[in-house]
Amino acid sequence: MVTVQLARAEPRSMESREDQEIMTVDIFLESTLESADWAEKLVLEAAEKLGFEEDELHRIGMAVRETVVNAVVHGNRYSAHKRVRFRIFKAPDHLAVTVQDEGNGFDLSALPDPLAQENLLQQSGRGLLLVRAFVDKLEICRTAAGGTQVRLIKYLPHRPPEKASNSV
Amino acid sequence: MSIQVTTRQVGDVSVIDVVGRITLGEGASTLRETIRGLLAKGNKKLLVNLGEVSYIDSSGIGELVSAFTSVTNQGGVLKLLNLTKRVKDVLQITKLYTVFEVFDDETRALQSFA
Repeated sequence: MVTVQLARAEPRSMESREDQEIMTVDIFLESTLESADWAEKLVLEAAEKLGFEEDELHRIGMAVRETVVNAVVHGNRYSAHKRVRFRIFKAPDHLAVTVQDEGNGFDLSALPDPLAQENLLQQSGRGLLLVRAFVDKLEICRTAAGGTQVRLIKYLPHRPPEKASNSV
Repeated sequence: MSIQVTTRQVGDVSVIDVVGRITLGEGASTLRETIRGLLAKGNKKLLVNLGEVSYIDSSGIGELVSAFTSVTNQGGVLKLLNLTKRVKDVLQITKLYTVFEVFDDETRALQSFA
């Protein structure tokens, strides 16, 4: 469930490494699985407007779902007192999403490799692998409060160059 | 619709037809309960038909793996039928495509249990 809506179409400047990004969604989500549905729906709406095709939409939706589920389950541990900040940014050449939890952070290097032979039959641990596979860039950092922020970037589909005019 | 799971018996093989999304929560738990129920009844030849699965997340994949190991540990066999492109993609990314025995044709899949 969406609880707070902070801003719309606000230029992203202070923390941006992509200075042409415009923030179009900035909301706080409760630490429930329904939040993954909300986040997926919102990013699919944004991505569809940007011209991503069906297979790419599926990958974007899934990457966002997995990321929000991680924030809810592993970051905030379903706490009713913690929320997930979810933002969508649009830029001329890409779509970016940030998901920020209020958990205690984690050591990326300590995560087991889900592709290692001994882990192939583990029940969990594949979420981040799928996120990596489905986006063009994945950045993970610790927030000032100690939680985790994940930033996903997907570049816009290549548009064919405009045809030269056939002037006679 | 999240998920719909139905089972049918073809000879000694239980075919589990899954329709919809297998995701963390209802989708994954419905599949888990179905497979547990079949194992509890002594059905140890399971064919999971994923032809109508539009979406599977890492938890859904985890449920398939968990079902596979549970069935195998009880001396049974679990195979997959009719993977959609999206399910196949996820199984390939996770290197599980070669772990499961996968079929595109139900008759051949059923014959393989003989």
